[in-house]
Amino acid sequence: MALLQVDHMTHFFGGLRAVHDYNLSLEAGQIRGLIGPNGAGKTTVFNLLTGIHTPTEGHIHLDGQEITGKPPHRIASLGLARTFQNLCLWRHMTVLEHVKMARYSRISYGLIGAFFGTPKRHREEAAIEAKAHTLLQLVGIDHLADQVVVNLPYGAQRRVELARALAIEPKVLFLDEPTAGMNPEELVQMMEIIRRVHAEFDLAIYLIEHRLKMVMELCEVIQTLVFGEVVAEGPPEEIQTNPVVIEAYLGKEGVESSC
Amino acid sequence: MNTHSGETPAASGSLKKRLRRDLARVPLLAWLCGAMAAVVLERFCGPQLADLLGLPKVPVLFGFLIILKQPLLIPSTLVFLTLIYGLPILLLSRLLARPANRLAAFLLQAPLAVSVLVHLALFYGTLHLWSDLSAYRVLTLKLTLIAVMLTLSLNVINGYMGEFSCSHPAFMALGAYAASVMTLLFFVKDKQFGEALLPPALGPFMFPLVLVVAGAVAAIGALVIAIPSFRTRGDYLAIISLAFLFIVKSLIENLEWLGGPRGLSSQPNYASLPTVFAWAAACIWIINNFVRSTLGKALNAVRDDEIAADAMTVDTRRTKMVAFLFGAFWAGVAGGLFAHVLRYVNPGSFGRQNLAEVLAMVYFGGLNSVYGSIVGAVSLSLLGEALRPLELFKWIIIPLMLILVMIFRPTGLIAFREFDVRKLVQPKQNPDQEV
Repeated sequence: MALLQVDHMTHFFGGLRAVHDYNLSLEAGQIRGLIGPNGAGKTTVFNLLTGIHTPTEGHIHLDGQEITGKPPHRIASLGLARTFQNLCLWRHMTVLEHVKMARYSRISYGLIGAFFGTPKRHREEAAIEAKAHTLLQLVGIDHLADQVVVNLPYGAQRRVELARALAIEPKVLFLDEPTAGMNPEELVQMMEIIRRVHAEFDLAIYLIEHRLKMVMELCEVIQTLVFGEVVAEGPPEEIQTNPVVIEAYLGKEGVESSC
Repeated sequence: MNTHSGETPAASGSLKKRLRRDLARVPLLAWLCGAMAAVVLERFCGPQLADLLGLPKVPVLFGFLIILKQPLLIPSTLVFLTLIYGLPILLLSRLLARPANRLAAFLLQAPLAVSVLVHLALFYGTLHLWSDLSAYRVLTLKLTLIAVMLTLSLNVINGYMGEFSCSHPAFMALGAYAASVMTLLFFVKDKQFGEALLPPALGPFMFPLVLVVAGAVAAIGALVIAIPSFRTRGDYLAIISLAFLFIVKSLIENLEWLGGPRGLSSQPNYASLPTVFAWAAACIWIINNFVRSTLGKALNAVRDDEIAADAMTVDTRRTKMVAFLFGAFWAGVAGGLFAHVLRYVNPGSFGRQNLAEVLAMVYFGGLNSVYGSIVGAVSLSLLGEALRPLELFKWIIIPLMLILVMIFRPTGLIAFREFDVRKLVQPKQNPDQEV
């Protein structure tokens, strides 16, 4: 069984079938892409896999363990981290606090430590902090550690999300449009960071992306989702020339230009 | 002044600047010494000076009461305040700044606790001497400290966690009644519960335990609210907790063995000033520890974006439950102290008015901030006392101030500020001191 194995996942929002018979086998260390036109259900797939919604049918296994229907924080602490499409940051907290927070499930000092400030707590908090700084250095925003996130530029906020997700020490990382709203320069930097992160932690990465350039360069396998169904799956070159994909993206007349 | 009118603004400007720069160097230790000196001065020279200035007696609460009752005495009150408090504090803390800085630095070489204890001892000494002058001051001080505990514990729920809870007076009532029943049952002979079950001499030593149990009772009450209301998101908590407040109040009113509407009285005199002070200090210390730990910061994460918190391994439901029970616990402890300070409780003390007061203190002082809670609780309880002569107008002035604060600083006076004890007690060395 693959590291992340999804079998016949289907989900209905009321009467609307958002995802239909979705299958995935994501191997360790693999980078996969999920593309599809707006409203195809890409983010819904992510939300289903990370436990925000429970699929109506189907099974999800992470590292051999069934995670279907588990609450998001359990799934996350089992090693499935994610970033969000529209930046879900905590607006009153600093960058450093964001990254530290993602270590929540590994904190062992408990409430006694929290209430009375035991030496164990101070040691553990110091260790978490050191770890957080390393991650911030990795994504290149360590100098912003004490800033409140709302004051940061957009690109930096994306990096905070990435560092925060990495602090979970995930086996699988989901990136929901990591370059949305970025300018070309930031885009190149982000791709560089993703490559670095992938190499350093030997992560399996699954990313939703609209910019085909990015998906084509990074991913080994790409799935194309249209109206909740996978219409094509394969290596980038194959997807690029697949007529079904082109039709889904560009329409039959090819009015819209991609990226 | 008139002859040099051209130079005055510049001169006064630089004077102001110098004063500010000088005062920025004064560490907390020096301020406390100054305050201590002022209090000692008042103790020895206060009555004579008051006599000299034609004041009926030493102004009990910084002259607020006198000013409102007899406006003609305003000038002499002001002179009194300047001579007894203003000048000695300013001069002495300025003079002591340098040695106090050195002392503070020396103390910090030992563990932080030593520094903190020295400061607390000095602070307590000042308060003790200040309040020794009249029973009214003692009572006001105790009630203010209890208000600080209440405000801070409510801030954990309404500020740090960002839910709106209305049941704080109910938790306080649970704590107050639980503690009263325990002390009356075990340590006092009274009409309601008969003979004391334990030797009364044990009482003062068991009182901390009594308060902890009182807090636990309040926390159990909180569990009743937390289980249904934290299943879902939204305004449920506000509604359920408001209902809980009324349920608890009418329950107590109708339970005859709890004294019914008459309440319970003749609680033993265990809540002395040092006891209340120690509990308030412990409350501030523990709550501050909690909200500054990553476990406590999880509250902020849940408040700012619950989905993101959940996705980052934070057990949101557990976090909310813990914080809610924790807040209720401290409200219960504060209630227990309250009952033993007044030595009388009745259901009427824990109603909507009490709720309004605590909420006002939290929102006035500032959300998500220990400083804010302290400032809010102290200023509103002192203001409440000071405006007492105005009677009904008090309830026009205080809400008006609250409205103004909400307009100009929507999150309160001192919101989102970390309470760093080390920063507070450390020496204030100015870099340009050597120049």
